[in-house]
Amino acid sequence: MNDTVHDTGGTGPSHRSVEIGVAVAMAILALIGMYGSAKVGIGWGAEGPRAGFFPFYVSLIVLISCVVNLASVFRKPSDGRLFAEWGQLRQVGSVLVPTAIYVGLVPYIGIYVSSALLIAVFMRWFGRYGWPLVLAVSIIVPILTFVTFEIWFLVPLPKGPLENWLGY
Amino acid sequence: MFEDIGNLFHGFAVVAQPFNLILMVVGIVLGVIVGVLPGLGGANGIAILLPLTFSMSPTSAIIMLSCIYWGALFGGAITSILFNIPGEPWSVATTFDGYPMAQKGKAGEALTAAFTSSFVGALFAVIVITLVAPLVANFALRFGPPEVFSVYFLAFCSFVGLSKEPPFKTIASMMLGFGLGAVGLDQVTGQLRMTFGFEQMLNGFDFLIAVIGLFGIGEILLTMEEGLSFRGKVAKLNMKVVLQTWKELPRYWMLSLRSCLIGCWMGISPAGATPASFMSYGIAKRISRRGHLFGTGEIEGVVAPETAAHAAGTSALLPMLSLGVPGSPTAAVLLGGLLIWGLQPGPLLFTEQKDFVWGLIASMYMGNIVGLIIVLTCVPLFASILKIPFSVIAPVIMVFCAIGAYTVHNNTFDVMMMVVFGIAGYFMKKTNYPLAPMVLAIVLGDKAEEAFRQSLLASQGGLSVFWSSGLVSTIMILGLIALFWSLIQNTASKLLGLKREPLPAE
Repeated sequence: MNDTVHDTGGTGPSHRSVEIGVAVAMAILALIGMYGSAKVGIGWGAEGPRAGFFPFYVSLIVLISCVVNLASVFRKPSDGRLFAEWGQLRQVGSVLVPTAIYVGLVPYIGIYVSSALLIAVFMRWFGRYGWPLVLAVSIIVPILTFVTFEIWFLVPLPKGPLENWLGY
Repeated sequence: MFEDIGNLFHGFAVVAQPFNLILMVVGIVLGVIVGVLPGLGGANGIAILLPLTFSMSPTSAIIMLSCIYWGALFGGAITSILFNIPGEPWSVATTFDGYPMAQKGKAGEALTAAFTSSFVGALFAVIVITLVAPLVANFALRFGPPEVFSVYFLAFCSFVGLSKEPPFKTIASMMLGFGLGAVGLDQVTGQLRMTFGFEQMLNGFDFLIAVIGLFGIGEILLTMEEGLSFRGKVAKLNMKVVLQTWKELPRYWMLSLRSCLIGCWMGISPAGATPASFMSYGIAKRISRRGHLFGTGEIEGVVAPETAAHAAGTSALLPMLSLGVPGSPTAAVLLGGLLIWGLQPGPLLFTEQKDFVWGLIASMYMGNIVGLIIVLTCVPLFASILKIPFSVIAPVIMVFCAIGAYTVHNNTFDVMMMVVFGIAGYFMKKTNYPLAPMVLAIVLGDKAEEAFRQSLLASQGGLSVFWSSGLVSTIMILGLIALFWSLIQNTASKLLGLKREPLPAE
C-alpha cells in the first residue's frame, strides 16, 4: 500500500530490518507466554486441562508463525525498500514523545491540566499558532470535557492538585 | 416467522420513544464525525464512547452505539470523495472513482450515489438479518461446547483464508490476541496466570484498551508519518442533483444486487467491509461495459464498493447477535458492550432479551433512514471539520482516546497500555500484520478457551470430540477449507491452467 511512497530518495531503516524486529519481538512475547503458562501447569489436572494449557499452545503457535515469517523475510533478497524515512520517523517521534509524557503526567496532575498542556504544545510546536488561539483551544477543550463527563454523564476522570484546590 | 414480524413492530415502538430517537440522531452525527476524522474510526469511536452508556438501559445504549457505527460507515465516503483521503479503510475503494468525479465537478453526484448505495446495501443486510438471524439463533440453541468451539474455529479460519495478508502473519497476530486475552484470572480454575507478579495485570488486557490503542493512537502515528495536508473539493449538494442522481441510479440495480450479495457474504464470514468493498469494485470493473473507464470517475465505481461495504458492515452484526461471534472489530466492540451491560450474546439473546434484539434490529432500519437524511443535508458541515488543521485535531483525538481508555476501568495504567498498543499497532500495520483478528481474539479468547476446555473435559482429552457428530464435523471441515482457502484456490487454478487476475485494488 505504501510501496510507492517511500522510493523518493532519503534514507531510513529498511523495511526488512523492521520486519525482522517485529517478528522477533512477537517471538519473545510468545516465549514469555509459554514460560508463564508452564509455571501454572500445562498438563491435565483434577478438573480437566490446567490453567496454562490453552495459553501455552497459543503461544507455541505464535512462536512457530514467527519462525515462518522470519524465514520468509530471509528467503527473499533485500529489495532496498525503506520502512520510512528518518524525517518521517522524526515526525512520528515528535507525536509519540509528547503523548508518552502526557500519559505519564495524568496520574499526578490530572487529565484536565495535562490535556491542556498537550494541546498547547501541539498547537504551538506543530501548528505555530499565536498564543491567544493556543490558550483558547487548550483551555476550552478540557473545560468542555469536564462539563460533559463530570457534570453531565457523572463519569469521574483523574484529577490533580488544581482540581482539589478548586474544590472538586 | 409471523411472530418475528410482530416482534419487529414491537421493536419499532421501542425505538420510536423520543429519548431513543434523540440518541439515534446524536449517535449518527457523532458517527459521521468519527468517520470523517483520521485516527478515529467506527471501532475505537464506539470503544471511547462505550463508558458513557454504562448508566443507560442496554437498549438505549445499543441504539446509540450502533448508530455511531452507521454514521461512521456513511462518514468514510465524505472524505474519500471530497479529499481523496479514506476516513475509513473500507472507503479506500471509493476514492478510486469518487475523487475523480469530484475533480470533474461532479462531487454532488458522487456523494449522492455513495450515500444512496450505502443505504441500499445496509437495508439489504438488515432485511437479511431480520429473516435469517432468528433462524440461525434457533438452530444454535442446540449447540454444546464442541459446536460452539467449532463456530469460533470457523470464524478464525476464515480470517486466515480470506485475508490478503500472508497467512502466518494473520495467525501470529490472532494467536497473540488469544494469548493477551488469557493473561490474568483463569475463568475456569480461578488461578492467576502470566501476570508475573504485576498487580496491574490481574484483570488481563482489556480489548477496549487494545482497540483504542491499535486503531486510535496507531492511526494518528501513521497519519503523522504521511504528513497529511487536506486539500478538499467544495461540497455542494442541492436537491436537484440528488433527484437527478436518484433517477439515474435504478439503472445499476444488477450491480447493486451483486454488491449487496458480496457484502453480506463477506460480512457474515468475518472478512469484513474492507475486502468486500475491494472485491465488489474489482468484479464490477471486470463485468461492466464501461470497466475500462473505471478510475476516471465512473458512478458505478462508487456504487459498487459503497454498497458492498455497508452490506458487509451491517451483516457483520448477524453472527454477533445470533451466535456471539462478531464479524468485524466494530461488531466485536458492540459485543464487548453487551457483556458489560450484563447481556450474554448468543442464541439465547433472541429468546431472553426480545426487547433488546428487536429494538436493535428496528433501530438498524430507522438509523439508516435517519442517517441518509442527515448526511444528504449536512455534507458541507461535516466536510468543514476537515478544514480544522491536523495539529489541532491530533492532540484533541489523543485526549479523547486517553479519556476513553481511562474510563474503561478508571485506571491510569490502562492509559499507558493504550500508548503501548498504539506503538505496536503502528509497527504491525506497517509490516502487514492484520489488527482485526487480534482484537477479535482478545474479545473471544475467554469464551473460545472455555468452549475448548469443556469439550476436552467431556471427551477426557481426546480431540475426536470435534468430529463426534455430523454437525460439529461439518463446521470443522468448513473451517479447514477456509483455513487453506488460498492454497486450494491456487492449486485449483494451476490444475485448470488459469492465471488468476489480480484485483486492481492492490
